[in-house]
Amino acid sequence: MDLSLVTFAQILVAVLAIIGLMVANAVVMVYVERKAAGFIQRRPGPYEVGPWGTIQAICDSMKLLAKQIFVPANVDWVLFFLAPVLAFFPVLLLFLPIPFGPYLTGLAVPDGIVLILAFAGFGVLSNLFAGWASNNKYGLLGAARAVSQSVAYEIPLILALLAIIFQTGSLSLTEIVEAQGSYPWQWNILVQPLAFFIYLVSLVGETNRAPFDLPEAESELTAGFHTEYSGMGFALFFLSEYANMLLVSFVCATFFLGGYKGPFLDGIWWTFIKAYLIMFFIVWIRWTFPRVRFDQLLNINWKWLLPLGLINLWITAIIVKLLP
Amino acid sequence: MAAPDRTLIKPGEVQPCQSKVLPPLINLKPVNFFFDVNRAMSIWPVTFGLACCAIEMMSVSMARFDIARFGAEVFRPSVRQADLMMVTGTVSKKMGPSVTRLYEQMPAPKYVMAVGNCAISGGPFKFEDQYGIVEGVDQLVPVDVYVPGCPPRPEAILEGVFAIQEIIAGFRFWPRAEEIKS
Repeated sequence: MDLSLVTFAQILVAVLAIIGLMVANAVVMVYVERKAAGFIQRRPGPYEVGPWGTIQAICDSMKLLAKQIFVPANVDWVLFFLAPVLAFFPVLLLFLPIPFGPYLTGLAVPDGIVLILAFAGFGVLSNLFAGWASNNKYGLLGAARAVSQSVAYEIPLILALLAIIFQTGSLSLTEIVEAQGSYPWQWNILVQPLAFFIYLVSLVGETNRAPFDLPEAESELTAGFHTEYSGMGFALFFLSEYANMLLVSFVCATFFLGGYKGPFLDGIWWTFIKAYLIMFFIVWIRWTFPRVRFDQLLNINWKWLLPLGLINLWITAIIVKLLP
Repeated sequence: MAAPDRTLIKPGEVQPCQSKVLPPLINLKPVNFFFDVNRAMSIWPVTFGLACCAIEMMSVSMARFDIARFGAEVFRPSVRQADLMMVTGTVSKKMGPSVTRLYEQMPAPKYVMAVGNCAISGGPFKFEDQYGIVEGVDQLVPVDVYVPGCPPRPEAILEGVFAIQEIIAGFRFWPRAEEIKS
């Protein structure tokens, strides 16, 4: 691929649009999450700040912007300030190869999913930096948990995606969408239901959301790896958490739910509807299930998801080989 | 990494907090007003309870009273991300240094609400030769709003949050009880 001026301009526009999408997504999802939490617990949720509490998230972000930035004693200065930035910026890159619509892709690389899986590791690194640099025992324990959890859950996630890649024979996200049809019975979720289930569980573990939010378990480690971050540092961690949720939802929609293809008319709206349904599912289980213990979390991964993923991959490989 | 050793506190001695909040460096009135209104609309309290008033604090965030309506339901376990410390209940002299320490760890726009008679003045524990209880948390940290009651009703805690909002923004957002015509 030659990096001509047109490609450069295309990437620039795509990155700007993705920044807008990330910020808008965080503002909307904070409101949706608090409102959904309210309805699940039979209370109204944010109600008085703006009509139906709609500008609640904007008020929160403005407050965090104006909050004192606190640097505790004996921190590692470089890593302490690098960690929130490192949590935020690599996510921009991850959105580039995702096909939002039939012709709407930031950067149509042939090996899109490899790019996403490779750079997703930066999120783990930023959590480790944050916990290590802040010179706090809770932060360090949270960082250790975040690393062991994310590294463990990446493996069944990749195994689930590999089954689809075997079946399609391509690493390009656009080709994977094109291999599926417009109607729900032509989507990969019916061909690979076990892979979809494994992906759905590992997605929650990978984004550190409840019931797998062990890195920031409030009752044990005050706030985990971002214990010492106030103001915008904390806001950047939150922004990147919601952006990561959106990213795994988009990948799930692309791989299992037909991406931009849908009944009646293909287009960008189907990608967003499917991705946000999965986002809502993540929010829903957060407020429904209690947190698991750490040994239970790793047992689910190593004793169930990993063998199931391997068996699924093996069966898929045999079927793909026998039925060309 | 561990906390430095504090000097031994003698019986009957109370150490108030040493830090104070500095005025803002840039004092532009419209900017301050904008940020103050936003601060008033998203008060995040610390997850911090001492005695039976903490049960009322939990109750105020639950379904019947729901502090989330006013954007104050985000109870942060880490004081670095919190704005308001509700001192809910009896502060014993042994707990006093921890309360002071939590207050001093909060970043700058920070407010304290003394909930219940024990936190205000010692309440039922104020008698002669009493040796274990701090008689009023304002001996330790500067208090913005006092909410009386033993324990106060959840409505009273909500009213205390409104008073904090009035202190931050300079005006009251919600109608008073006597202004509402039913």
